[in-house]
Amino acid sequence: MKQFLQFLKKEFYHIFRDRRTLLILFGMPIVQIILFGFAITNEIHEAKFAVLDQSNDYYSTRLLQRFDHSAYFHRVKNLQSPNEIAKTFEEGDVKIVIVIPPQFGKTFFHERKSTIQLLADATDPNTATTLENYASSIINQYQKDITKEEKLPLTISTDYRLQYNPALKSVYMFVPGVMTLILMLVSAMMTSIAITREKELGTMEILLVSPLKPGLIIVGKVVPYIMLAFINAIIILVMGVFIFDMPIKGNLFLLLAECGLFVLTALSIGILISSITESQQTAMMISMVGLMMPTMLLSGFVFPIESMPLPLQIIANILPAKWFIIILKTIMLKGGGLMDVWKPTVILLGMTLVLQVISIRKFKIRLS
Amino acid sequence: MNPIVVQHISKQYKSVEALKDISFEVKAGELFGLIGPDGAGKTTLFRVLTTLLLADTGKAFVNGRDVVKDYKLIRREVGYMPGRFSLYQDLTVEENLKFFATIFNTSIKENYDLIRDIYVQIEPFKKRPAGKLSGGMKQKLALCCALVHKPEVLFLDEPTTGVDPVSRKEFWEMLQRLKSKGIAILVSTPYMDEANLCDQVALMQNGQLLQINTPKGVVDSFAQPMWAIRADNMYQLISTARAFEDTQSCYAFGDSLHITLTNGTAQEEALATYLKEKNPGLTMERIQPGIEDCFMYLMKN
Repeated sequence: MKQFLQFLKKEFYHIFRDRRTLLILFGMPIVQIILFGFAITNEIHEAKFAVLDQSNDYYSTRLLQRFDHSAYFHRVKNLQSPNEIAKTFEEGDVKIVIVIPPQFGKTFFHERKSTIQLLADATDPNTATTLENYASSIINQYQKDITKEEKLPLTISTDYRLQYNPALKSVYMFVPGVMTLILMLVSAMMTSIAITREKELGTMEILLVSPLKPGLIIVGKVVPYIMLAFINAIIILVMGVFIFDMPIKGNLFLLLAECGLFVLTALSIGILISSITESQQTAMMISMVGLMMPTMLLSGFVFPIESMPLPLQIIANILPAKWFIIILKTIMLKGGGLMDVWKPTVILLGMTLVLQVISIRKFKIRLS
Repeated sequence: MNPIVVQHISKQYKSVEALKDISFEVKAGELFGLIGPDGAGKTTLFRVLTTLLLADTGKAFVNGRDVVKDYKLIRREVGYMPGRFSLYQDLTVEENLKFFATIFNTSIKENYDLIRDIYVQIEPFKKRPAGKLSGGMKQKLALCCALVHKPEVLFLDEPTTGVDPVSRKEFWEMLQRLKSKGIAILVSTPYMDEANLCDQVALMQNGQLLQINTPKGVVDSFAQPMWAIRADNMYQLISTARAFEDTQSCYAFGDSLHITLTNGTAQEEALATYLKEKNPGLTMERIQPGIEDCFMYLMKN
C-alpha cells in the first residue's frame, strides 16, 4: 500500500510538473466547449432576407411582420420587380427571398388557396433547407391564425413538434460529443503516453527489476488519469449546464457513474495501446488516428450514424464512443433511467472487460 | 553457490548473435569487470541476468536463484543501474531516492550507511530535478538509487560512460568501498583503463568472452615484447612502421605508437634502422605492455 501511494505521488509529480500536459488536460475541454458552443454552430440567427411583395395588402403586410418579429430573420431589402431577385442573390448577403403574388389576400379568401414563393440561396444547402423550414413554419402558423379568426370550415393540417430538442439547439449535440472526445483523449491518449514514456526513458527497466508487481505499475499509472478525466467530465457538464443551458433531466449520479464506466473503457484502450507500442510518438499517433478520428467522425457526434453507408454503421458499433453518446443523450435530454440505458451500458462493460483481459495478457514482464 | 553463475548462455536477435556461449562466475565481495566495445553484447548479458530478457540457451543463477523461474525473487534482491540514465528527470534528487527506497519496501534511513559516502556528494543538490544534474552527479544518484535497498548483487551497466575523468575515478573508489561490504558487483565499461580496478576482468567482443583473468594475469599472459616509438611526424611514422615487413601490430597509444613484431625481438635492430632513415627525431624504447595493449592484441586476434 505504501508502495502504491508513493507511486501515485510520483505520477502526480509528473503531471503537475509538466505544464504542457496540464494545459492539454484542462485547457482543451474548455477551449473545445467554447469553440463548439460559439463558433462551430449550425443554428441560424438573423438570416438576411428580401421581400418582393406584389400585392401589398393587409394580409401580406401582416405575414411579413411575423418574419420581421422572428429572431431567425432580418429583412434587409424590399424589391420592386422580379428582375431584381437574381441581382440580390448575387450580392451575396441575402439568403432567402419571399415572393408574394399580386392580390394575395383576395385570392386566399376567394379561391381558398394562395401561393407564396420562397427562393433560397442553396450554395450552402444546409442553411437553405433550415431557412426554408423556418419560413414555412412561420407561414403555416400565420395561415392557421387567420383561418381561425375567419371561422372557416375545418381544414386538416399536420402539426409536428420536435421532441427533446425543440429548438434544434446544437449544444445538445456537442456537449455529449465533446465530453466523449475529451474523456477518450484524456483517458486513452494520456495514459498510453504516460506508460510508453516510462519505456522510452528506460525507467520501465528499473521498475521491472523491482518488487513492484506489473499490475501495480499499471494501476498506479492509470488511477491519476481516472481522477483527472472525472474532473474534466464535471467541468464539461458544469459549462454545458451553466453557459449553454444544457439540461440534465435524468439522474446525475447515474450520469456520473456512466462517465466513470466510459473512462474505464477508454483507459483499457490506452493500456492496450501502450502495451503494443514502444515510443510516445507511436502511442500518440495510434491514439490520434485510431481513436480521435473515429470518435469524431463515426460516433454520431458530427455526422448522424443513420445516414452513413452500411459498412461504416457496422464499424461505428465497435466504437465505445457511439454507445456512450447514446447513454449521455438518453440521460441528459430524455431523462432516461438505468432501464433505458442498460443495453449500451452492458456493451460498454463488455468492451472494458475484454480490453482489460487483453491488456493484462499483453503486459510484458520482461523487455521485448 | 557464487552470487552470479552464468553457464553457457546464448542469445540471438534475429540475425545477430548477441551472446555466444558465455560462462563465468562472480564471487561475493568481488568486483567483476566486463570490458568491451559498443555492441559487444554487454547490455544483453546484463538484461539476461537482471531477468529482463530470456536467453535462448544456457542457465544463469543470481544469488543462487534461476533467472527464469525465480525472476520475482531476483528482482527484489539485486540492484540494477541500466546503461542509460533511467531515473525520473522531473523528480528531484531526494524524491527519486525516496521513490526507489519505498518501492523496495525500505527507507533511506534504514540503509543510509550504505549510501552515505555517495549521497553526501549529491546532498547539496537534493532539491534539484535529476534531469538538471551533471553527468557525474546523475551517475552517483543512480548508484544511490540502485543501492538504497541494500542489494546483495549489484549490476552496473556502463556506469562511467559520458562521465568526466575525475568523477570516473571517484565512482570507482566508491565501488571499491561497496565491494568491501560483501556485495558482488558486475560492472561493464568500454574504457580499458578501468580494467585495472577490477578483481576479475572479462574481455568481451562480438558476444564472446575472449579471456577471463585478473588484470595482472591478463598482462602476464601477454608474452610479446613491445616498443613505444615516437617521431617528429607521427602520421608518417605510423604509415612507415606499418609498412615494415615484420610488423605484427602498430597503433597509436597516447602520444606514441606501440609496436610488436612477428618474430619477437629478432628484427629489433632492422626496425630501428628502417625507421630512422625515414623519420627524423625518432625515439624507440622497449616497454612493459599494459592491460590496454593486451586487450588490443586479444581483440585483433
